[in-house]
Amino acid sequence: MTTDSAILGVEAMIACPECDLLHRRRALPEGGSACCRRCGARLYTLRRNSLNRSLALTLTGAILFLISFSFPFLAIKAEGLMEETTLLSGVNTLYLQGWPALAALVGFTTVMVPIFQLASLLYVLVPLKLGRRPRFLASVFRLARTLHPWQMLEVFLIGILVAMVKLTKMATIVPGVAVFAFAALILVLAAIGTTLEPQLIWERLEVKH
Amino acid sequence: MTVHLSTAAAAGLIGCSGCHLVCRAPRSGDGGYCPRCGARLHRRKPDSLARTWALTLAALIVYVPANVLPVTLTASLGVSQADTIFSGVVYFMKTGAWFVALVIFTASVVIPLLKLVALTFLLVSVQRRFRGHLLERARLYRITEAVGRWSMVDVFVITILVALVKLGVVAQMEAGPGAVFFGAVVVLTMLAARSFDPRLIWDAAERAHE
Ligand SMILES: [Zn+2]
Ligand SMILES: [Zn+2]
Repeated sequence: MTTDSAILGVEAMIACPECDLLHRRRALPEGGSACCRRCGARLYTLRRNSLNRSLALTLTGAILFLISFSFPFLAIKAEGLMEETTLLSGVNTLYLQGWPALAALVGFTTVMVPIFQLASLLYVLVPLKLGRRPRFLASVFRLARTLHPWQMLEVFLIGILVAMVKLTKMATIVPGVAVFAFAALILVLAAIGTTLEPQLIWERLEVKH
Repeated sequence: MTVHLSTAAAAGLIGCSGCHLVCRAPRSGDGGYCPRCGARLHRRKPDSLARTWALTLAALIVYVPANVLPVTLTASLGVSQADTIFSGVVYFMKTGAWFVALVIFTASVVIPLLKLVALTFLLVSVQRRFRGHLLERARLYRITEAVGRWSMVDVFVITILVALVKLGVVAQMEAGPGAVFFGAVVVLTMLAARSFDPRLIWDAAERAHE
């Protein structure tokens, strides 16, 4: 057998997650990334100071999230009347109007998953920074990675903009502090996505072969 | 230069879906857990084709009421109005908000339909062991998986509208049954894309080489 596996230990290899082709891991320059030579899928990256930067971003994100929740979100003004809403008003209204499944879907993708993402990152990164290994690290981090596609804050932001355009003819929409915190949070979450190197977390787990 | 073109499966290995550790496959070929992150090990996603077919067909069925039934019901000055996904797009076109009309049309109509067509094509291509356009099909899958979430825009627009337009300030607005079905389309197509295993595209081509 002349495959890589016969020559190298399995630790030195990676299988492409999208086409299963085996590659040997190579050292990368900082900021570099390795792609599958057959299908082009990204295999691994090396990011500068990943742990510290991810931790700083996650703390920022947590603060922004608290602000988005505690301050007024959108207000509507028409004929001298004003109605203020919070981030959760929409979920609550859908529930009260008799659509619990829809309320759950919106609450899940815009509140629960983002909270879990930030909380789990803090849970994983803070102890690692202090040189300790949190309990259930593997399960928590694995769940966070699985839930990742269900975090839809940036899609929600587009929804806010469209709703504002839709209501311009009828009323004035006043964006509150929470909307700006929310927009900043989306940038921070995107930055975490490009800073965090999951491989770095996995390597902290000892391998028992 | 010789280029090794061995897959993990062919070498008796499994790449962990959780942490990408390459593990030795158990004798039975499947099953077992990753020694590093504890994820279940599978050579390929289990029952990938059957699950993807089921979820794609379910999404296709739900797609009909999602587009036919009203997504919002508005009552303003005694006049009530029911809007579907499509009439929402038409509203933006009529009021001259072309860009918004295009965004909503793409996210709510084009993306779900393209996803259903792409998944069906990928499923058929794998089952019929197509050997051509491997790279293109791999890219098609990657795009299909990445764009799905954007279909949620309309669900979020409805959520914000019903929160703002109530208590009779301007009008009263309620979510309609179409919104629930539309949410189901988004969830089902996202689950369908995730249950499809892109490695099957390459497997079919490899088997044909032997
Ligand atoms: Zn590949
Ligand atoms: Zn693993």
